Amino acid sequence: MRNVLPPIVLLVFLVGAWELICRALAIPPYLLPAPSRILTALLNNATTLGAAAWRTLAMALQALIVASLFANALALAVSISRTLDQAVRPLAVALQVTPVVAIAPLFVIWMGVDHPDRAIIALAAIVAFFPIFSGAASGLNSADPDLERLFDLYGATPLQKLLRLRLPSSIPFMLEGHKVAAGLAIIGAVVAEWVAGSGGAQGLAWRILEAGNRLQTDRMFAAILVLALMAMALHVVLQMLERRALKWWRGR
Amino acid sequence: MTDPVASLSAVEVDYPGRGRALGPFDLALTSGEIVALVGPSGCGKSTALRLLAGLEGPTRGAVRRVAGRGETAVVFQSPTLAPWLTAASNVALPLELAGVKARDARVRAVEALGRVGLASSVDARPAQLSGGMAMRASLARALVTGPKLLLLDEPFAALDEITRRALADDVLALWAITRPTIVFVTHNVEEAVYMAQRVVVMTAGPGRSGGETFVDAPLPRAQGFRATALFREAAEAVSVQLAAAMRAHA
Repeated sequence: MRNVLPPIVLLVFLVGAWELICRALAIPPYLLPAPSRILTALLNNATTLGAAAWRTLAMALQALIVASLFANALALAVSISRTLDQAVRPLAVALQVTPVVAIAPLFVIWMGVDHPDRAIIALAAIVAFFPIFSGAASGLNSADPDLERLFDLYGATPLQKLLRLRLPSSIPFMLEGHKVAAGLAIIGAVVAEWVAGSGGAQGLAWRILEAGNRLQTDRMFAAILVLALMAMALHVVLQMLERRALKWWRGR
Repeated sequence: MTDPVASLSAVEVDYPGRGRALGPFDLALTSGEIVALVGPSGCGKSTALRLLAGLEGPTRGAVRRVAGRGETAVVFQSPTLAPWLTAASNVALPLELAGVKARDARVRAVEALGRVGLASSVDARPAQLSGGMAMRASLARALVTGPKLLLLDEPFAALDEITRRALADDVLALWAITRPTIVFVTHNVEEAVYMAQRVVVMTAGPGRSGGETFVDAPLPRAQGFRATALFREAAEAVSVQLAAAMRAHA
């Protein structure tokens, strides 16, 4: 309870102050709506926002699956061949440091303007790719060196070492990589949706853009709130999954 | 004299950028003997052990090893158990890597765990074992293949005094069953004299032989062996050699 209380007290205080200031200074709602107005907007648009949140979440999760498949396969390949590792690393880093906003228009063109969801999934997958790849790649090299010596001593083949030592050793790193990647996939999906800029995808970013264009600031805030809550919920769920999986891995 | 089971002849090991780590060093092991290597940190004791295990090759000199998979076993300073496997699966691992069927490997692993007093922990994970129990599981894994040569690299260094004494007796009791040749590395003079028939002192790096002491008392040790004059004299002799070995460096 003690670590839940302080943030709640702070939140209540901040929201209260916000409400009071809006009323006392009579700030126009299109500039800064009071929390009560935002709540009303949230309730009035609950169905639309819920559907939009689901669209964004679904695209982010599909991106996560795509990224996971490619990143783990590449990490495995790289862990087997040193030459491939040296060849791939700079490219992977280049992909990671290039802002997704910069390459988004390209993907919208490639995937076809009629399929913004495909472009969004591809872009979110690119953002989610790197943490999974680097987690898996370092995980596959994280085996206890003494345990590795024992495998050598007992004449283990490279395949035995991979399946019975390096893959199981990498599991905690892979879990961490996927957790980070899931958060990034949401960000990637929102940014991509934003750049795609069409109503075709109907996700949360589109709802924020749409409300902004109509100067419905309370609806904008409501959509942002839903986005933040969704991202937090996803984080909590993944944290729990990671803890459970680690407990299973360690047996405690 | 009988042929040694394994030997190091004038071996030298150089590490690139760090210079000479070991040698020239000689060690000949006769069948079923227990030898302790004692010396200051960085004298190459562990390097000598890795040469005998075949995990490393010498820069110069010759190494004669025990041939055959599973005939040489190593126990490291930490238990080095795979955290995702149960105690029994960890112990079964060397057998499974050698192609023994999983079911037979498990039976033999459970037997080996029983011999080190872990019969009730076969399905425990390493995280659920105490330091001493994990070390026992590591010992069971080393013994499960019935090795001719058992190499112990400071196996009890991380344990408390009571646990290490109990483990020393366990190792000697296990030795008495199949009589493998044992080489173990330690910092602890009393432990070396208690467990070994022959204590080899190594000089500060690069390690060379700084003399050896024979401990002429029956194995496993009788109760109260640590209080005997023979034990104290041997320990004193090793300590004197060790002090000289460290001075040689300074």
